[in-house]
Formats: sequence, structure tokens, C-alpha cells
Amino acid sequence: MFAQQVVNAISLGSVYALFALGFTLVFGILGVINLSHGGIFMLGAYAALLLITRFDIPFWVALPLAMAASGTLGLLIDVLILRLLRKRNAPHLMPMIATIGAAILMTSLAQGLFGSETRRFPLELFDQASLTWGPITIPVVQAGITALSVALMLIMVWVLRHTRIGQALRAISESPRAAALLGIPVERLFHLTSFVAAALGGAAGILIGLSFDAISPFMGQPMLHKGIAAIILGGLGDVRGAVLGGLFLGAAEVFAVTFLSSEYRDALSFGLLFLVLLWRPQGLFGASSTRSA
Amino acid sequence: MRVFHRPLLLALAAFTLIPAAFAGEIRIGLAEALTGPASQYGIPIRNGFLLAQDEINAKGGIAGNRIVLVEEDERGKKEEAINVYKKLIFQDKVLMIFGPTLSNSMFAAGPIANMAHLVAFGTSNTASGITDIGPYIFRSSPMEADVVPVTLKAAIKHVGLHKVGIIYGNDDAFTKSGYDVFRQVLQADHIAVVDTETYSKGDVDFKAQLTKIKAQSPDAIICPCLAEEGANILIQARALGIKAPFIGGNGFNTPKLLENAKAAAEGTIVGSPWFDGNPSPENKHFIAAYRKKYGADPNQFSAQGYDALFIVAEALRKIHLTGQLSHDRQALRDALPSIRFTGATGHFAFRAAPLHGGKPGGYDADQAPFVYIVKNAKFTLLK
Repeated sequence: MFAQQVVNAISLGSVYALFALGFTLVFGILGVINLSHGGIFMLGAYAALLLITRFDIPFWVALPLAMAASGTLGLLIDVLILRLLRKRNAPHLMPMIATIGAAILMTSLAQGLFGSETRRFPLELFDQASLTWGPITIPVVQAGITALSVALMLIMVWVLRHTRIGQALRAISESPRAAALLGIPVERLFHLTSFVAAALGGAAGILIGLSFDAISPFMGQPMLHKGIAAIILGGLGDVRGAVLGGLFLGAAEVFAVTFLSSEYRDALSFGLLFLVLLWRPQGLFGASSTRSA
Repeated sequence: MRVFHRPLLLALAAFTLIPAAFAGEIRIGLAEALTGPASQYGIPIRNGFLLAQDEINAKGGIAGNRIVLVEEDERGKKEEAINVYKKLIFQDKVLMIFGPTLSNSMFAAGPIANMAHLVAFGTSNTASGITDIGPYIFRSSPMEADVVPVTLKAAIKHVGLHKVGIIYGNDDAFTKSGYDVFRQVLQADHIAVVDTETYSKGDVDFKAQLTKIKAQSPDAIICPCLAEEGANILIQARALGIKAPFIGGNGFNTPKLLENAKAAAEGTIVGSPWFDGNPSPENKHFIAAYRKKYGADPNQFSAQGYDALFIVAEALRKIHLTGQLSHDRQALRDALPSIRFTGATGHFAFRAAPLHGGKPGGYDADQAPFVYIVKNAKFTLLK
């Protein structure tokens, strides 16, 4: 049973990590907590659902299309909301409140368009296939999610470390003004970041919708809470931290259930989170030297 | 000249229009969750009511008076239910109110109706204690406490229960109340509970809890859950290799469960006040009319809404409406308890709630439930 719970912990943690990746990216570069990330996550799942059920598009084509759609939505939020607030030098709370508004708008929109019932992907392809190894069972989709969130994290760390765009982004996260003075096209990179982060959020929504059969207009909100916890725990704005924070939270929840009681799961896991933050207020990766997104 | 005449014309128009519109209307409030997560119950309920309204009015209404349902969206929230109740009672001056959708909301809003002396009639509230609110509270939804013993009796016969695991949501009045009832009945039947696990609203991953339950190898897993979590729990349980059947509460009574859980729902046992395969003429008529109006299959909640309006219509036929609101509200309240009716959900009667601290309560449903088992992706009657 313990081995299975370790697997459960990793698989739940990967879900949180996948969601937190895009979330933390926006914070790292734009310095904004984008609370509409849960809405993008949800609409990404619906976009894929629509493409697959209405237009009979195969999953592997629908996935990038829906990611592009979510990315565009994120870009729109950046252009229509965040850019205006940046221009007016709005205080830090403003983008937060504005994106809460955007999230509510998206939830109501999804409810009007798709109804409030929980839907699922009609895919027998992935349905209930699992890998069994001794006493351990892993649903294939979840093994995929774990692999994907680790791969995405590695790709992003590599891009940020070793490419010119990454260099520019790190400069922006240090100081947007100084970066602009150096000739870095800050606005364009803000748009790019918003697009990529939202595309990742959409992908998270699709994959989580796929593995848990729970696509609903309200799927974003609880995930947003866990996502915030994960990125704070990992160190705000740090990509590795988002993944580790997600895995930590997943493990805390699963082991709270395993060794104590599911009755106290959230109290224990969030209590633990609190203790970690007392010990390291900047989060696991939040040292000043790694404010590198 | 024209400007001068307009107010006069308006006044005249108002004078002639208002009496025409209001004479012969019986205004009844319908407070259901039409948006928000609970709308998956609230909308089928509303649809059932509107169908019944059409049918009653098409047949001449109540002694020539049309029934008019005044719809309000209570969004499945306590606060909103209270607001909607106040609006319906004091502003719209309705004769009585149907709804709200969730037990949680009835606990919050019901006392207002009770104080204002008009009937609050729930068609989907199954938690214990709802009718303890007071003598103006009615419900047509059988309590979990009435359905669960029948369900378990059938399950014991069918599966041979000796030990069970339980998983339920502990942050919701409905699932918590379902859990309490199951626990009591299990105790009375001397069935051991080997593991009890909980989850919170919005959870999607239940594998940690299910892995723990699996380790105890129970004969069945009791799941007083709502369908959206239920489907997920079933799928993940099967993925973890759990073979034991599930036994659900009222929340499992929806085709959505089968649609979402597919093969994982096989063998699940559920008790329900309504059976879509019930061959009674009332039920066949209801299903056909519902499909025709909405192009979709009805569920238990629409059936209960549909029947509830007919139950009230029966009571309205027995009383004489005077147009004096407090008198009419009281007359309806006094006429309701003795109504007997056979509708889509079968035979229905009210049963007075037991005295609560010496005070009289409202009226619960007195109705025998059906027990289903999921076979070949269909709810079939378990005998």
C-alpha cells in the first residue's frame, strides 16, 4: 500500500506542478499574480472538448490547437487588461483584482456556453488503461502527466538559462525598466510570456480533464488555491520551485491521508506548508540569486 | 396637447391592464439554483415544474385560474436563497414557494417562510432535520433516512455485506447527512465499517483515500456522494483494481453518473424515489412529454418537480382563494397534508415530521423508494 501511495503522491503532485508552471512564469516575468489562470485552465479543457466532440478532431491535433486558443486568451488578457494597468503604473493589487474579474467572467461564460454539468472527454483510447507493476497501479494518462510536467519544467529551465530569449526574460524579471533601456523589447516579451503561460495552463486543463474526467466551469477555482500554495511554497516566480512545490503539496496531502486521516488532510497539508514558510519564508527556491523565473 | 394627455393615457392603460393580468393568476415562487454548480440539479427541477405548469394551465388551470411560476435563481447559495425568499414573499407576494435546490439552502431560507406563514416546499432536499424548521415546511423528496435502509437491505441480499468502506464529502450538508444515515443503518444491521475516508468539494484525485480503503478489502464501498465526484471515485477505484461494488445515496440517481463513469459504474447499487423504467401510465406520460418539450431525458429531480406542482394543484382545488394573501397562504398550508397523489414518482403522501423539542414540524414525503443496480450501463431494478 505504501508504494502505491508514493505513486499517488507523485501523480497528484504532478497535477499541481503542471498547473503551477504557467502560473509562476507570469509572476516571474510580469510580476503579476494572474488569478485568471484557473479560468484559462478551464477554458483550455473546454476548447479541446469542443474540438474533439464537435469537429471530430483527433486528440493529438486538438491538444496543440486548444493550447494555442488558451495562449491567445492569455495574450488577450495581457493586451486588454494587464498592459493598460502597466501603462498607468497601477499598484500591485490592481492586476490581481482585474484578473479575478476576468476569471469570474470566464466561469460565467463557460456556464452559459457549456452548462454547469461535469463533462468528460469521449476518449476510449486513454480510458482506463493502467500500468501494473507488482502492487502498484498507475493510470497511463497520469504517468504521462508526470513525465510531461517534468519535461516542461526542464525545457523551460533550459530556455531561461541558455537562450537569448531566456536571457532577455531574466533581465526583465530583474528590472523591466533597465531591460528596456538595454533595448530589450519588453512589451513583446510580456506578450510572449502571457501566451506561453496561458498555453501551458490550457494544456494543464486538458490533461487534468483527461485523467480525472472532471471538466466543469468550476474546475479552475480549487486548482487555483492549490496552485497558489505550490508556487509560494516553491518560491514565487521560480519554475523549478513550482514543480517541487506542487510535488510537495501532493505528497503532503497523500501522506496526511495515509498516516493520519482524510478528515484532517487539508489542515495537515496546509499546516505543513505554513511550517515550511516559517523556516524558509522565501520558499524552497526563492533565494535572491534565483529570481530568475 | 399630446404631452398633456400621456399621463392620463398611461393611467388608463394601467387601470385596464393590471386587473386583466392579475385576475385569475395564482402566483407561486420557484427558487432553484439555475446557475452555479448546483444548477445541474436546479435546471432539471425547473424544467419539471414548467412542464407541469403547461399541462395544468392547458387543462384550464385551477378553477379557471392560471398557475404562474415566478422563477428566481438562488445559485445554490444560502445567502442568495435567503434574498430570493424575501423577494418572493414580500415583493412578489407569492402564495407559496418551491425550492431551494440544496438542503443547505433550505436550512437557511426555510425559517423565513415559516415566520411569514407560507408554505416552503422542497422537492430535492433530503437531509435530515429539514422539516424540523417548522409547520410550514414541506418536502416531496424522501429523506436519505427513508431510502438508505431499503437500499442496504437490497444490497445485503444481493452482495452479502459483512464489511464495508465509506468515502464521502465532509464539507457539504447533503453528503454529510447521507453519511450519518448510512452509518446508523450499518450499525443497526451489524455491518462492520473497516475504513472511513473523506474529501472536500472540488477534489478530483481520490486515489490516496481509495488506496487506503482497498487495503481493507471491503465487500462494498459506501459512497454518499454527488454524481460529479462519484463518477470520478468509481473510475479511480477501478483503475486501482478495486472490484467491490459501490452503494450510493441520492446523489447517484442520475444518468450523468453512467455517462461519466461508463463501465466503472457496473454493479453500483442506488436507491431512488423515481425509476425511469417504471411502466405506470403517469410515468410514461411524463417521460414522453418531457422528451418532447426539452429534447432530453428527464431525471429524478425533474420528476419530483413535475409531481410537486400537481400535488399543490390538488390542494388548490380543495380550497377557495379569497385574494386575501395571508388567508390564502394559510388555507393552502392546511389543505396540503392530506393530499394523496399518484404521479411520475409513484404513490405519494405526506407524513408529519415528529415533534421537535415539543414543537410541531413540517411534512416529509411518505413514499417507497426503488432500488437499482447498474447492469450493462443501465439502471435496472434490483429485486
